[in-house]
Formats: sequence, structure tokens, C-alpha cells
Amino acid sequence: MSKIKELEDFATQVRRDILRQVHKVNSGHPGGSLGCTEFFTALYQGGIMEHNPEFNMDGKEEDLFFLSNGHISPVFYSTLARSGYFPVDELNTFRLINSRLQGHPTTHEGLPGIRVASGSLGQGMSVALGAAQAKKLNKDNHLVFALLGDGELQEGQNWEAIMYAAGNKVDNLIATVDLNGQQIDGSTETVLPMGNMKAKFEAFGWDVIELEDGNNMQQVLDGLNEAKSRTGKGKPVCVLMTTVMGNGVDFMMHTHAWHGKAPNDEQLETGLAQNPETLGDY
Amino acid sequence: MKTYIDTGKKDTRSGFGEGLTELGRTNPNVVALCADLIGSLKMQDFIDENPERFFQTGIAEANMMGMAAGLTIGGKIPFAGTFANFATGRVYDQIRQSIAYSGKNVKICASHSGVTLGEDGATHQILEDIGLMKMLPGMTVINTCDFNQTKAATIAIAEHDGPVYLRFGRPKVANFTAEDQKFEIGKAVHLYEGRDVTIIATGHLVWEAIQAAQKLSEKGISADVINIHTIKPLDEKAIIDSVKKTGCVVTAEEHNFLGGLGESVARTLAEHNPAPQEFVATQDTFGESGTPDQLMEKYGLNAEAIIKATEKVLKRK
Repeated sequence: MSKIKELEDFATQVRRDILRQVHKVNSGHPGGSLGCTEFFTALYQGGIMEHNPEFNMDGKEEDLFFLSNGHISPVFYSTLARSGYFPVDELNTFRLINSRLQGHPTTHEGLPGIRVASGSLGQGMSVALGAAQAKKLNKDNHLVFALLGDGELQEGQNWEAIMYAAGNKVDNLIATVDLNGQQIDGSTETVLPMGNMKAKFEAFGWDVIELEDGNNMQQVLDGLNEAKSRTGKGKPVCVLMTTVMGNGVDFMMHTHAWHGKAPNDEQLETGLAQNPETLGDY
Repeated sequence: MKTYIDTGKKDTRSGFGEGLTELGRTNPNVVALCADLIGSLKMQDFIDENPERFFQTGIAEANMMGMAAGLTIGGKIPFAGTFANFATGRVYDQIRQSIAYSGKNVKICASHSGVTLGEDGATHQILEDIGLMKMLPGMTVINTCDFNQTKAATIAIAEHDGPVYLRFGRPKVANFTAEDQKFEIGKAVHLYEGRDVTIIATGHLVWEAIQAAQKLSEKGISADVINIHTIKPLDEKAIIDSVKKTGCVVTAEEHNFLGGLGESVARTLAEHNPAPQEFVATQDTFGESGTPDQLMEKYGLNAEAIIKATEKVLKRK
């Protein structure tokens, strides 16, 4: 089997996991999770990150990942579980009482793989920046990755962090923005148009890569590898990754309607049929 | 009666600065951040000695708090300094999610707290910060009373694993605690033994409480005086033991009476040993411009106010 096919199979299983997690508790955020499935697969399974499932909070001598748009926890949890961070069966506890899999990711319950709580938007980039600076102090040449939603960039703290990162040449940081063009109240264009994102990041002094199809595994791998090759050159690196919210489940695609809504029984069956089991359901 | 000697007026923020400088020399994991207030926070010596361990974030406190949280990942002990107003209210959600809920070992170092910031006025004089910070689960809240105590506290909190809010101030005030003191987080300091009233003070009001106790003594009133530098976790035993003995209490702080030390003491006593209490604190108001002394007098935050509160509470016994 080709490496790409293996990764696509992993992503398909993650899609099933996302649908089943949110369906079971009739809550959670499937849309953005489905759209970022290839990205998470590439990071944790595609060799983009050097990471250790024997989780250690300090993460010395490994690459780190921070999820700023914490509401897409289903894709994060599935990827971590299937990468060996915790038992896959634990996905059954998503959003249930006494679970380590809280609605939004947290360190509070000690779930391996999570290094900071996120959910209140706009904070992840700053935390990633701090972790990147700690790596420099520790003379640790590994990278720090962050994922942000596009709507999330409406939070002002991001621009404080974006300004700081370039001004201080934090060049061991790769921040990916999930450009799916959707947020809760509608499209980003209708809620608050954000203009030319590439021009904005470049004006702030970042090296920007545009990843045109963030749901194409090969493109995601190529884009992230290109981003890695540009680190260490005096500029933070931004990957503007265009994705389709709800990708892989046809009735969830191209709309903000499934940002934070779970499928019913029938919709679940339809979604699962479009994503046949590959690695085995939990 | 024991005499506490003012060895010369000094600002508590300089105690922070000296403590940080010492930490820079003794603990390689200590790093510092500041949002464009290096001079005000007295951080220059640390920066001169450890330029690679200092992060100037510019006027961007939200990013500073997030970066501090991130720096702990990799074993650093960040001391993030700015004015108390910008270290709490402005960045409450950043502290709540990225630091407190995430259990990060960040030391939030807040200068210019309270009305004694002076002429800048109410925009900068936060009187709500103790309340904001003590409500966060897992947050340790410390308000020091003089230069020596602030220096000792700064050094001590580096050894504590967990988020800490360290509150200090701008003006030069009496420096009367021991230079070589051992600072124990959560441990009250008993200043006077007395039998008629318990006076519990924090921050700049501790020196005022000492002055008040001496004057009360001349009037034949014997005050048990406690310096509470750690508002959370509160030394409940020291408070309960004292009030069991005296039967009434006056709390004194440079903070709103809502949410401050007084409320923590009242809650403790309501649960364990109910007793009449008077609150020397601001009365749900903002501050204003003026000199520190003028403001302390106008807002009832000095020895005279403590004496009046004591006379009032004694009648309620």
C-alpha cells in the first residue's frame, strides 16, 4: 500500500471517529474537525512532526503542536488516540461526565497529548510562541506547530502574537490557519470580512505559504514539508490552508450549519457510509 | 509592646526587582516578561544580567500571558510583570484558560496596585484584582507589605509549583520586616499578641495596623495584629485562633471590600467562629488622582481608619 493511501485510510477512520463521537453525545463540532482531518493525519502520521506518544508535558527534543481553535477537539482526540497517546476506546467518553475528553481540550484532566487548554479563542498562538522561545533557550532545534481557525483571527490577541513573532524572529514556529471561510453566524465574509490574509501576514513580516487544497493529503504533506524547510531563516512561517468545512460528508460540506451540530441517527449512517471503516471502529 | 522599626522608606516594587535579580543569579530556569514597563517594575538589573532570559512583549499583555504559559512548557519559570490593572482585569480570560485552568507555573507580578499608584488616577488604580485572582481555582494570591517581604516573596514563589499572583505597589513605604525573613506561602505573620480585638491587614495597610495598635494600646485597648501576606490559601487557623481569643475583628486592605481579604476572613469566620467584623477597605468605588497619602486618607485606608473601625467593632462584641 502506498504511503498516501495509508494516510488517507487513517483520515477516513478519523472521520468516522469524529461523526461517532459527536453523534453519541449529540453535541460537539464536526464541521471544522472534518475539514482538518488531513492536516492532523499529516502532522501525527505523515512524518511532519517528530513526536512521542509517551507523553511528557515539557516535550523536550520533540516537535510540539498547539490547537488554538479547541472546538475541533474530535479530530484532535481521534488522531491522538490512534497515534498511541491514549486508548482508542476512550473516544467513547467524549463530552461525558468524568471524562478526560472534555468538550474543549484541557490539561486539567491529564489527557496525554494536550499541553494547554483551548476553546476560548485567540490564545493558542501566544502559547505556541512561548513554547517556541523555550525551545530556543533550551537549544532544542525542534519545531512548534499551531493551528488556528480563520474566524478566530478576529480575536485581537492573535495580532499581538503575530507582531511579536516576526519582530523577534521566532523562526521555529509554523502557524497554520484553517481557511474554511465559515464561522458560527455564517461565512467569514458576511460576519466580519478579514481581507487579504496573505498580505496581512506578509505585512507583519511572516513567510507565508498558500496551501490550496487542505483536504488533499499529498498537498498537505508537501505544503507542511515546504513550511518546515523555511524554518530557521529568521521569519515565522504561516501556512494558509484552504479547507472545506465538513469535508468527506457531502451534506455537511460548504456550509457553516455543521459548525457545532451533531448528526442524527440517519445522518450518521449516511456519513459513515461515505467513510467506510479502515482501521476498525472503537 | 514590641517596636517595629522603619529602616527607611522603600517601594515594594524595588523589592520585587531585587528578588528577581537574585533569582536570575540562582535559578537558571527563571525567565521574565514585561509589557513595556521595565522601569516601573524595576526589572532592568535582571535584564542586564540575563538578556537572553527576558522577553519584551510590547504593550500586549494578552500575548504576554499566553507566552508565559507557553514558556513553562520546556521547564521555564516565567515572571510576567506589568501594572496590576493590566495583569488581571485586562487579561482575565488569558489567565483563566491558558494559565490557571491549564495549571501553568506562571508568576504574575503586579505592581502599582491600589490607590497608592497616585496621580495617574482610577484608570490605573485597580481595587478589584485580589477578588479576580482569588476566584481562580489553583491560583495563589499574595499581597506583600514592604520591600523586604516583597523581595522574600519573589524568591519564595519560584520554588512553588503553580500559578501565583504577586501584588505589590508603587510608593515608598516603611520597610520594617526582617531582611533575612523566611517567606512561607500561606503562613500568617503574628505581629502583636492582644486580647481585645484582632486586626488583620495585608499590603500597605500592615504598617498602618502597627501604628493603630500602638495608639490603641495607649488607650488601653490590646490588639492582636496579624499580617496576612497570602490571601489564598488563607491561614485560617491563625485567624480562627486569634478571633476565638478576642471575639471581634477588623480587616484592612487597599482593595474593594467586595472580593478582598475582608471577605475571605468573613467567610472563614462565618464557617468556624462567627464574630463582629469591620472592613477597612474601599467601599465599592473607583479611585481618583491625588498623592498616595491623600488618597489613603480620603478612602479611609490608614491607621486612623483602623482605630475608628476598632472602636466600632468593640461596641458590637
